[in-house]
Amino acid sequence: MNSLWPQLEPLLPHVQKPARYIGCEDGMQTPEHGPGIVSWLLTYPDTYEIGLPNQGLQILYEIINERPDGAAERSYAPWTDMEAVLRRERMPLFSVDTHRAASDFDILAFNLSAELTYTNLVNCIDLAGVPIRSADRADNDPLIGVGGHCTYNPEPIADFVDFVVLGDGEEAVGDITELVREWKVAGKNSGTRAGLLRELSKMAGVYVPSMYDVEYDGAFLAGVTPRYSDVPATIEKRTVADLGDWPYPKNQLVPMTEVVHDRLSVEVFRGCTRGCRFCQAGMITRPVRERPAEQVSRMISEGLQRTGYDEVALTSLSTADFSGIENVVKSAVSDKGTGQISVALPSLRVDAFTVGIAAEIQRARRTGLTFAPEAGSWRMRQVINKLIREEDLYGAVESAFSQGWRRMKLYFLTGLPTETDEDTLGIAELARNCVKLGKTHKSSASVTVSVGGFVPKPFTPFQWFGQNTEIELQRKIGLLRDDTRRSKGVEMKWHDPKATLAEGITSRGDRRLGPVIEYVWRHGGTFQEWSEHFNYELWLEAMAAHDLDVEWYVYRHRTEEEVLPWDHLSAGLHKDFLWQDWRDALDELGLEDCRWTPCYDCGACTGYGIEHVVASATPPAGGSQGTGVDLSAGGSVPVVLQPRPKPEVEVAS
Amino acid sequence: MRNDNMKIRIRFDKHGKIRFTSHRDVARIWERTLRRASLPVAYSEGFSPRPKLSFGLALSTGHESDVEYLDIELDPERTDVSMDLESLATELTGHLPVGMSVTAVSFIDRQTLSLQEAVTSCTWQIDVVDVDAETVVSAVARALAAETLVVTRERKGKPVTDDLRPLVLSLDVEGPIEADDTGTVAGVRLIAELGTQPRAVRVAELLAALDPPLTERRVVRLHQWITNDDTAERSDPLSAAASPAPAGAI
Repeated sequence: MNSLWPQLEPLLPHVQKPARYIGCEDGMQTPEHGPGIVSWLLTYPDTYEIGLPNQGLQILYEIINERPDGAAERSYAPWTDMEAVLRRERMPLFSVDTHRAASDFDILAFNLSAELTYTNLVNCIDLAGVPIRSADRADNDPLIGVGGHCTYNPEPIADFVDFVVLGDGEEAVGDITELVREWKVAGKNSGTRAGLLRELSKMAGVYVPSMYDVEYDGAFLAGVTPRYSDVPATIEKRTVADLGDWPYPKNQLVPMTEVVHDRLSVEVFRGCTRGCRFCQAGMITRPVRERPAEQVSRMISEGLQRTGYDEVALTSLSTADFSGIENVVKSAVSDKGTGQISVALPSLRVDAFTVGIAAEIQRARRTGLTFAPEAGSWRMRQVINKLIREEDLYGAVESAFSQGWRRMKLYFLTGLPTETDEDTLGIAELARNCVKLGKTHKSSASVTVSVGGFVPKPFTPFQWFGQNTEIELQRKIGLLRDDTRRSKGVEMKWHDPKATLAEGITSRGDRRLGPVIEYVWRHGGTFQEWSEHFNYELWLEAMAAHDLDVEWYVYRHRTEEEVLPWDHLSAGLHKDFLWQDWRDALDELGLEDCRWTPCYDCGACTGYGIEHVVASATPPAGGSQGTGVDLSAGGSVPVVLQPRPKPEVEVAS
Repeated sequence: MRNDNMKIRIRFDKHGKIRFTSHRDVARIWERTLRRASLPVAYSEGFSPRPKLSFGLALSTGHESDVEYLDIELDPERTDVSMDLESLATELTGHLPVGMSVTAVSFIDRQTLSLQEAVTSCTWQIDVVDVDAETVVSAVARALAAETLVVTRERKGKPVTDDLRPLVLSLDVEGPIEADDTGTVAGVRLIAELGTQPRAVRVAELLAALDPPLTERRVVRLHQWITNDDTAERSDPLSAAASPAPAGAI
């Protein structure tokens, strides 16, 4: 009953990768739906392969399905061929679990991890048969909710969503389920939707854009203020205090077809105190909350046994900072019950200690080794507070090559605040030195340099920084290409600066961008994360069509006084802390990891009454942060923001 | 004696939603299933050890099968030669996704030809739709009467022509079929035996080569055959290769 499978089945032979749409994962649930049960369709607005491994959705999937009054199923953005089939056959977006139509659900909840998926969000709402604008929805339409890192500035998508959950969703989904259940049981009566949204807006961590008025002062934002006195002026994010209480996912989904991270994942901690100034994730997920080490070990061994995977990824930011890392890794690789396995550490700081762990854990299958020095000079790394000394990097690289690795990947950002050509070219120099070290071990040693254009993000000290123009990023990448062209063993890859620009438009935009996103979507601009579908001209055209200026939204430095589009939201960080950190960045002043040093009063711990939860009070071995390395203030050279060349592209003004 | 006989052949089926997984997907499903069952699979040497599994002829994505085969090399040092193959079959089925189950397990001789080399033909049940029975009957009759059934396909970017006719060992119209609730839809059912040497004819190729071309809906592999060159006798890959160890057919 209610399943679209009979209609869908004959269509599947005509689309690429039909296994994207069948569900059938190990761990899949087929929950009961009913009048007293609130049904959620958890949707990742990109392909199945990218969306399925998303841990956030999987955690909420289990938590909701454990509730007697909740039912959760999943959906992913259909690829363009499937979308064409669905539109031709007049079929809606559907869940992969029981192939139920999206409009049969009470709530469509989207995970937003990348700004360039916004047009897919709109497309999925439309495919669900729901009006794309919140204002046009009827009482019986599903509620559209969003969560995930992008929603720390939800203003560009405010027109399309009914509610936004800020921060950890574990507890919030339960609160929302209870409120929506009352409304559903009462019959979703005509005219009650606004009342429900008003109630939702009072819930901790929930932002309902329609409950706020936006005022502008010319091009500038004057403020986003509640329309009613009982609606909060500031929305604080949700934070779960103890990850030990939330050992999810308990039954990680095992897909039947290949996905991007086809392995077990165990989240070892949330939050990061390294304070890298470009890193939004590190800022908005504070404080640090470690999972108890024995719980991690149990989740690894039970998870491997249950899934049959031979690889487990320990996930967090800077995973080697986990205070129980050595024991957890050793017990995982020596567990007789699980056979020969490998452990992946997708986020690693750069030092020899980490390489030691990596060597220990990759006995079964040696995958690539990736380091992220992020910038090519010590000066630049002090600006961004990624305090890796060259000795650390070379120590790590030397150690890796001596232990048998032959190639490694180095990640860098370009277009950082105060970046000079000398800093940019430092990337090539570092890469060449790494190859040189490698050649002493193996003549085939090589290093892949991956360069991304920097996009300033909300709730970071760089939120005031004017992003480098597309032309400037092209020039810097050109510099690096020229410089590495004859460097044997250095391979360079880079992210398209045009896509970096589009990300910049949506990253710090306000509600005036809603029509821009809608325009791009209406003109076929879905899957903008995919280079074969990304349409730069369409974004510029959409901005021009709405008289919006790329220069103003993306390339302009903001002032301290300016009202930012996300000022009415809070990730717990004091704005004056972020501003001070921005000034410190310009002074090339690095800050030590606050887990081992005095508090800088960023606000995250004090505001939520949560301390960093760590198992050990001593810093982990290795690394240059917190281990006595002199971090005295940087150079005496007065630092100014680099003047930016005028963009040559035509933009509306 | 049994210690150097550490290879097992598994027969399994694939029906329902899971049929939309690819040959590569099925390989990964099996790797996970064998680890979950803690079967002592032998691994290759080297930097990236791989389990020693050998699959038979690929099944096209979307086709069902009663008879898929898989050969597994076991690590003799960790293998209990007296293991109960029947309960192994049950355990493996428990770890496989819905729609896949093990229907037989047997020890086979190490020297047994690989499935890809040994299998000579497959029998297919092919339901075609959007066509009446007379059209199908005449299309089949034309194909069987023809001396050649030439198809052109692309190989390494160049067009290659092949004659399918010698590989169409039999092609019968079983008759019209009615829709039912097991997934069968109204159409016409064909039963075909298609050769696999020197290359396997795909069902889609055959249907496209008919006049008029037919549209497949549900396709099920019913048998895989090994024909003895001398006696011309057909047998299935399990009975053809079963070693003296008792087969755990269920």
